[in-house]
Amino acid sequence: MQPLTWVYDASFPPVTHAFRMLALSEVRKSYVEPDGTQLPILDVPQLSVAAGEQVVLRGRSGCGKTTLLNCIAGLTTVDAGKIEINGRDVVKLPEAVRDRFRARYIGFVFQTFNLLPAFSALENVLLGMTFTDQRADPQRAAELLKTVGLGHRLTHKPRALSVGEQQRVAVARALANKPVLLLADEPTANIDPAHQQQVIDLLRDACRQENVAMLLVTHADEVANQFDRIEYLEQVNRAAGVA
Amino acid sequence: MSFWKIAWRSIEQRALASSLTGLSMALGVALIILVLVIHNVFVAQLSNDAQGYELIVGGGQGSRFEVVLTSVFHIGKPLYPFPYSFYKKFVGDGEFAPYVEAAVPICLGDSYQTDDNHSFRVIGTRPEMFTAIPYGLDDDGHELNYQFSAGRNFKVENFYEAVLGSVAANRTGLKVGEHFQPTHGISAGDTKHDGFEVVGILAPTGTSTDRGIFVNMEGFYLGEGHAMPAKEGADDAAASPPPGEPSESEGNGPRPLPESQREVTSILVRCNPDLPTAAMFIEGRVNKGEDRVAQAVAPRNVVRQIQDSFLDPVRVVLLVLTVLIVVVAGISVLVSIYNSMSERSHDIAVMRALGASRAAVMGVILVESILLSLLGAAAGMLLGHAVLAVAAPIVENYTGITVRPWDFTWQELLLAPGLVAFASLVGLLPAMTAYRTDVAKTLGGAR
Ligand SMILES: Nc1ncnc2c1ncn2[C@@H]1O[C@H](COP(=O)(O)OP(=O)(O)O)[C@@H](O)[C@H]1O
Ligand SMILES: [Mg+2]
Repeated sequence: MQPLTWVYDASFPPVTHAFRMLALSEVRKSYVEPDGTQLPILDVPQLSVAAGEQVVLRGRSGCGKTTLLNCIAGLTTVDAGKIEINGRDVVKLPEAVRDRFRARYIGFVFQTFNLLPAFSALENVLLGMTFTDQRADPQRAAELLKTVGLGHRLTHKPRALSVGEQQRVAVARALANKPVLLLADEPTANIDPAHQQQVIDLLRDACRQENVAMLLVTHADEVANQFDRIEYLEQVNRAAGVA
Repeated sequence: MSFWKIAWRSIEQRALASSLTGLSMALGVALIILVLVIHNVFVAQLSNDAQGYELIVGGGQGSRFEVVLTSVFHIGKPLYPFPYSFYKKFVGDGEFAPYVEAAVPICLGDSYQTDDNHSFRVIGTRPEMFTAIPYGLDDDGHELNYQFSAGRNFKVENFYEAVLGSVAANRTGLKVGEHFQPTHGISAGDTKHDGFEVVGILAPTGTSTDRGIFVNMEGFYLGEGHAMPAKEGADDAAASPPPGEPSESEGNGPRPLPESQREVTSILVRCNPDLPTAAMFIEGRVNKGEDRVAQAVAPRNVVRQIQDSFLDPVRVVLLVLTVLIVVVAGISVLVSIYNSMSERSHDIAVMRALGASRAAVMGVILVESILLSLLGAAAGMLLGHAVLAVAAPIVENYTGITVRPWDFTWQELLLAPGLVAFASLVGLLPAMTAYRTDVAKTLGGAR
């Protein structure tokens, strides 16, 4: 892999506070149905998240929350618009560069099955460090797992961990490369309420400590209400309701 | 984390399927190695056996192959013999004597039957067989001379002495000082002649000599059915003493067979090293004789012909078969990985979400295919050589053929890069599936 230093070198603005870490403008995304008709999913004129800011994204099922996160992460291409992360429009990046960009700057926590079953907790975190140009740092990986309270579970495989513990490993992995933006797609939806708060606290504390901006999708009021800023996708997204 | 480790984890994850796939690869590679090594042993054996002499003079009527097969490898029926007088051209003041350093006559026709019905060829010859002709060359090209592991060489004047090759001694159980009765004819017959005494046992040579029972030609001639009918008016009074010997044993010893009644199966001719063209000269002269009493054959040429026209094609056929086995094993690698792709699409999508490029996830799958093939191949190499190691002492005991089980052939070295290329090819199909994984769709399973 040739280094893609320009992505995060001199040409790239340094991370600052009050800086719009994530800025979407006129982002449009539609799916083509099997019968050929266009199905608009996203039409977001404007959405931004400041550096270190923590934002909840809400919306009824099927209104495009996951699609939006995938577009931001570069896992799905958008039809039009700009998605700036840390000042760089990722829409314009070639795919391989976008992959490397994602590895370096974006952490992702899914609702379920975040972890690869063949790898231990520690290895899952190390895997998160594998696809950047930086060296994987086992010490940082172990420390992160300690931070999420799994210092004693480093060599356990996912199936030996509870769902809550698995999500905590996923949080540690999402933070492995010191990202500037963390995307969490209903990370507590499958966790019993007793352990739900633990994961949310972890996410919020860790992001605060490392000044990571966070966009978190949740259905749960008790989760959403802890956040200062809540965005409803139906309001942000002109295409919502069309589907 | 390296791709190797990632690939290894996924091999581990499907331990049973992986080990079965690896095993099929291992068996294929082990077979290839057996074919390669056994072929090399055959070739080495062939060229081993025709060392120490440049020419074989055999009966005029058989083919070149027959001459070599009977005289060198002791295989097949004895040749049409030729009169003793022809042999005498090579010794004393005979026509060819100046061109010859040593000429050892061989008389075939008898065998010795073990209790478990194994037949060993009895070869009537002269003691020079073990003194004048080396049996091979060592790694530095020095000639190797026969050694006795027990007893001594037989003596010309003791008609009923015998020397056994190492395998013949092992298999017959005959020891120095014991007597045995050869059987006339190659296969069992009922006419037996006087017993021979074993006076020496040869150290192993790794040549067909190991399987031979060598007796004094003089005793051999006196055996039943070995004398030609005496010719009219032949000077038969008494045979002159065997060439090179002052006189026969006096007293009550048996009288040697008159020369006119003697026949020789073949002569191993070691040419005069000072005359580089000696072999060509003898070959030309012997083969030009109008009556073609005998023919001279350069065994090395014949051996090469046997190798070219028989052994090499057989190896090609066997290698094609074994390569097919490896191809089948490769396809099983493909099937194994390909079948796991659907259950792995989620893992691949997660890796992509972690920033792995399409090329990277493709690489992981390719590495997995290569790793699985290489591990299987390494196990196969070990297995192949281990089988040889187990078989080597048995083979050596029964045939005298030395198999060095841990000698690697250069062809094996080609296996590694070949397999990497092959495994990459095989891994390409599942790797393309990984490459094309739609991350959003795969991860969106919860929608
Ligand atoms: N790959 C796809 N092809 C077609 N339609 C899709 C695809 N992925 C999602 N959709 C549709 O897009 C809409 C938004 O989906 P999603 O973003 O998963 O919603 P949410 O996460 O808010 O529940 C849904 O109506 C869904 O059916
Ligand atoms: Mg969703």
